[in-house]
Amino acid sequence: MSVRGTLAAAAAFGMLAGSAAAQDAESYTIGVSIPAATHGWAGGMNYHANQAIERLGEQYPNLEFVLSTANGAAEQVSQIEDMVAVNQIDGLVVLPFESEPLTPAVQSVAESGAFVTVVDRGLSEEGIEDLYVAGDNPGLGRVSGEYFLERLPDGGKIVALRGIPTTIDNERFDAFTQAIEGSSIELLDSAHADWNRDDAFTVMQDFLARYPEIDAVWAQDDDQAIGVLEAINQSGREDIQFVVGGAGMKEMVKRVMDGDAMIPVDVTYPPAMIATAIELTALHFTSPTPIAGSFVIGSELITQENAEAFYFPDSPF
Amino acid sequence: MSSVPLEQERVPARRWVPDVKTLGPLIALALLILTGALVSDGFLSAGNLTNVLSRSAFIGIIAVGATFVIASGGIDLSVGSMAAFVAGLMIVVMNSLVPVLGPGLATVIAGMACALLVGLCAGAVNGALITKAGIEPFIVTLGTMGIFRSLITYVSDGGTLSLASGPRTVYRPVYFEGVLGIPWPILAFALVAVLGQIVMSQTAFGRHISAIGSNDQVARYSAIRVDRVQMMAYVLQGLCVALATLLYVPRLGSASPATGVLWELEAIAAVIIGGTLLKGGYGRVWGTVVGVLILGFIGNILNITNFVSNYLNGAIQGVIIIIAVLVQRGRRS
Repeated sequence: MSVRGTLAAAAAFGMLAGSAAAQDAESYTIGVSIPAATHGWAGGMNYHANQAIERLGEQYPNLEFVLSTANGAAEQVSQIEDMVAVNQIDGLVVLPFESEPLTPAVQSVAESGAFVTVVDRGLSEEGIEDLYVAGDNPGLGRVSGEYFLERLPDGGKIVALRGIPTTIDNERFDAFTQAIEGSSIELLDSAHADWNRDDAFTVMQDFLARYPEIDAVWAQDDDQAIGVLEAINQSGREDIQFVVGGAGMKEMVKRVMDGDAMIPVDVTYPPAMIATAIELTALHFTSPTPIAGSFVIGSELITQENAEAFYFPDSPF
Repeated sequence: MSSVPLEQERVPARRWVPDVKTLGPLIALALLILTGALVSDGFLSAGNLTNVLSRSAFIGIIAVGATFVIASGGIDLSVGSMAAFVAGLMIVVMNSLVPVLGPGLATVIAGMACALLVGLCAGAVNGALITKAGIEPFIVTLGTMGIFRSLITYVSDGGTLSLASGPRTVYRPVYFEGVLGIPWPILAFALVAVLGQIVMSQTAFGRHISAIGSNDQVARYSAIRVDRVQMMAYVLQGLCVALATLLYVPRLGSASPATGVLWELEAIAAVIIGGTLLKGGYGRVWGTVVGVLILGFIGNILNITNFVSNYLNGAIQGVIIIIAVLVQRGRRS
């Protein structure tokens, strides 16, 4: 497979994409299936997926890409079925909406002999995919928790916001609570704000009404952090020292860069991981490089010193 | 499709007689506030009450418009998506006017005017498709709901549209400040509610809405201009959405594809809890206002206590909707 890929690439470059007949024999179709851009992070991911496809399409004339975005697990399953039936894909890059419903669908793609790359959310069975590219959800929680320990060595009262009730949110939250366990930091309460600014604003307003003293807030996500900051602003409360979001939204990275005391740090969870996955999958078809296993993109702490490297003003996120 | 003839039920003419059926929503609201006061000290504080009322103002203003649409026998599922679309366009317009009109008041006023115009047109599109093309309201607004949602996603490139800091600073007080300690959103909601109640109960337009909702054929024979009244109801709904958006944008200064998701169902729920008939023929604006407050306070009480899991918010709202309708309809023979 990969030898044929190499030949195809060589042929493509050699003949300047001249002979269509020769290319038909060795061209590959890669399907990319991701959730639709319904919130900031997914919007960033859609942007990076489109960028990667455009770039690779120019680079490798023998690769065809089919991109589909889904609004739910059921729709995503149908789109993957269509990719197999209509486009006859040789490779699939998929960010599953939910693990369970997508597992059988992706499994049948793998059984058809296609190269499968799963991104960010693992399937519910091991060993289906050839390549797994993921962000580090427990890492995001742990890094955030460690920052709280560092900032509040003598303890303090904090509240936490959670996202949409999913594995992703559970992994982040559990790692965070584990990181602060045994310290004198008291987690007053946590509530789900569904990674949505408006819900976060509402939840934070009610936390402020309920707790007369809050030292810091773990908002987990940058969209949630925006709602939290606005609620704190409106209340005029001075006791909250800082808010930690996550994911690396450009507006938040900018605030870290500018040394905003309320947003001292951010924790990465890059939507560009989809581009990493598409690149590696393309590499499998175009070079003899062995591509298999898993590739975990670490969650890093963005501080004022290194913020420059994480700032992408052109991305929608 | 079953061909069983539906039992035609005549809605008795209602006069304002204070009984349990009429006062149901008010009693429920009073019980809810009492519960809140008992389980949390902070519940009755001025801060918490203004928070909840301000937050409820968006859905509240939209629901006043929805009362007219539903009372006329229609339904509008597109309001949440429409709100997101109007908010997105408003932000784009204001951002692009900053170099022309400067970052101050002129830009904000232009943005507000644009929002009202877009809301009016969006409502007119719904109304025209329903009255001129004769498609059922449910289908038309299901379609436009998807259209507006996709448009905001397209305009925002799947990300978030943020208002530039100049107009943001000028505009922010519209949500966060007010007069005599009462924030603007609450005042706007109160004004819209009072006007809505007067129009519904005291004007020919309000009576025509109910008549069409009861039986549009009879209304047509009674020389009511059915198409025009229905059109007006959807335009009014569009205007209410635009008004709500005027208050929504200054809060976080942003709009995204996640803005206003499921607002249509919250608005419809508030209208139904308030005693308006889903099949049309009778609408009660003050009841809708009580319905909105009930929904707002449920969420708030669940947030400020560890009484019940937050996950059950939807379940409690669902139970209240069903009980509200049961109490008001009484037993069906």
